[in-house]
Amino acid sequence: MQTYSLLREFADSWVLLFLTLVFLGVFAWAWRPGSRATHDDIANSIFRHDKKPADDNEVRAQRASGLRQAEEA
Amino acid sequence: MWDYVKLIVLGAIAVLAAIAANYAHDLPYMVNAIVVMLAAAIAFVWELRHAGEVRVHPANEYMDGVVRAGVIATTFWGVVGFLVGVVIAFQLAFPALNLGGVTDGILNFGRLRPLHTSAVIFAFGGNALIMSAFYIVQRTCGTRLFGGNLGWFVFWGWQLMIVLAATSYVLGGSQGKEYAETVWYIDIWIAVVWVAFLLVFMGTLWNRKEPHIYVANWFLLSMIITVAMLHIVNNLAIPVSILSSQSVPVFSGVQDAMTQWWYGHNAVGFFLTAGFLGMMYYFVPKQAEKPVYSYKLSIIHFWALIFLYIWAGPHHLHYTALPEWAATLGMVFSVILWMPSWGGMINGLMTLSGAWDKLRTDPIIRMMVVSIGFYGMSTFEGPMMSIKAVNSLSHYTDWTIGHVHSGALGWNGMITFGALYFLTPRLWNREGLYSLKLVSWHFWLATIGIVLYASSMWVTGIMEGLMWREVDANGFLVNAFADTVAAKYPMYVVRGLGGVMFLSGALIMAYNLWMTVRAQPAKAAINANNAVPAE
Repeated sequence: MQTYSLLREFADSWVLLFLTLVFLGVFAWAWRPGSRATHDDIANSIFRHDKKPADDNEVRAQRASGLRQAEEA
Repeated sequence: MWDYVKLIVLGAIAVLAAIAANYAHDLPYMVNAIVVMLAAAIAFVWELRHAGEVRVHPANEYMDGVVRAGVIATTFWGVVGFLVGVVIAFQLAFPALNLGGVTDGILNFGRLRPLHTSAVIFAFGGNALIMSAFYIVQRTCGTRLFGGNLGWFVFWGWQLMIVLAATSYVLGGSQGKEYAETVWYIDIWIAVVWVAFLLVFMGTLWNRKEPHIYVANWFLLSMIITVAMLHIVNNLAIPVSILSSQSVPVFSGVQDAMTQWWYGHNAVGFFLTAGFLGMMYYFVPKQAEKPVYSYKLSIIHFWALIFLYIWAGPHHLHYTALPEWAATLGMVFSVILWMPSWGGMINGLMTLSGAWDKLRTDPIIRMMVVSIGFYGMSTFEGPMMSIKAVNSLSHYTDWTIGHVHSGALGWNGMITFGALYFLTPRLWNREGLYSLKLVSWHFWLATIGIVLYASSMWVTGIMEGLMWREVDANGFLVNAFADTVAAKYPMYVVRGLGGVMFLSGALIMAYNLWMTVRAQPAKAAINANNAVPAE
């Protein structure tokens, strides 16, 4: 069997199935329950650190408070 | 120690380039070798004067110098690229402007056309992408650009590439591949600079202080990685000689054509779409002062674009030696691609929901919204034109040129202008732009210019498509090719005028940005890096 025919066979069957599942999996992952808070946080990240890089201590504090908020909600 | 190594390397490059210029087999190679020699000599002198200095990279400041340089370069190459475009538009309307007798063909349409496309895509668009990527990745990661002065290497390396390509084209250096005309040694240089770009970008992401990577960075990173892959595969070629600009591609026939349009369409898909969507997903929410309408939709937009775009290339080769199934595959994927594109358009536009009043008061937002509108329009027109029945009418006509320009001028141009207006006051620490009225002038000149351009190309494209296929009762073609050229004359003039309007808008922008830096009062400096003199 030629390499082309072999690869073509794979591409038409298992690889096609695999890629389609990955593609649909991405949709499912984006809409997973509980992702809204995370997504809101990322969407608002552009309004932080506008003038200066993040301070390491400040980042640690922010993460801690973020976790606390998530727990409360 | 490291400084001395750099001096030795730069000196060696200058000497080798001088030798190569002396033994060159052809004119473009010789001139390029002289350009390399001069660039290496300038870099040598600069290194010599700064040898032993401590290069400071304070972690508590952003590296904005290279972004400022990017603003200047984007504006400059934009004006140059648009100007060459206007010249070649009028060369088509008035062939005497080719000046064949005077310049020995150097300024012919055939030489200037790749100069125009490369200047607007790679010089204007490329600088806009590098500038935006460096700005966005620092802000969204809350960390300084990775790699010390590697960012500057990317910037100057890219400018050197532009100068090499421009001097090569006008002297006849070309691989004859659309949007990949640069000859083999420039291709190698592009790959080197691009990998450095990837390193700077990835390193900054790696050092990020934010837990998540903002979606704009996904688009920019996919642009950098995919363009590297496309560029290297499409330019696989064996040079005829180390002293010649000529090379032989490793693919031939229909494989070569398919590789070229796999590259060509994904250059549009990743360079001009994914990269500029990265700009959209950052600058539009920032200017509107609202987060993006739906972050989930932006994720879907990203992955759908990545999965689908890469298959669309064969639609450039309908009714050719390409197997029918490949052409059909390209067509089907192009049509599916319409959906995520419009999802992205809706996401960009709806970011303004609740802030639509800004359209009246903020000309920069207006520019961005029109840009997204043109993104939607050309991502509808493209899938339509990829349908075989439509393509049999539109292909090889100026409809294609109109389609490309509604995307390039409308989408890429307008979003870049918006980004430049956004960045300049911030980077030079000014209160605001010099004149919002001039932004409005730019906006209307550019918009009307694009409308004139696109509509004249629709008319002339469909007209020539119909004229080419017109047969009489006995099955003979009615029109000679020259008949279509004569009939297209008025539309060519209208197109040229549209280009003049677009160029005037860009000149107004250049003046406005210049005056913003020169004549606007400076705000209190945030740090030493930000307190740049207005020069």
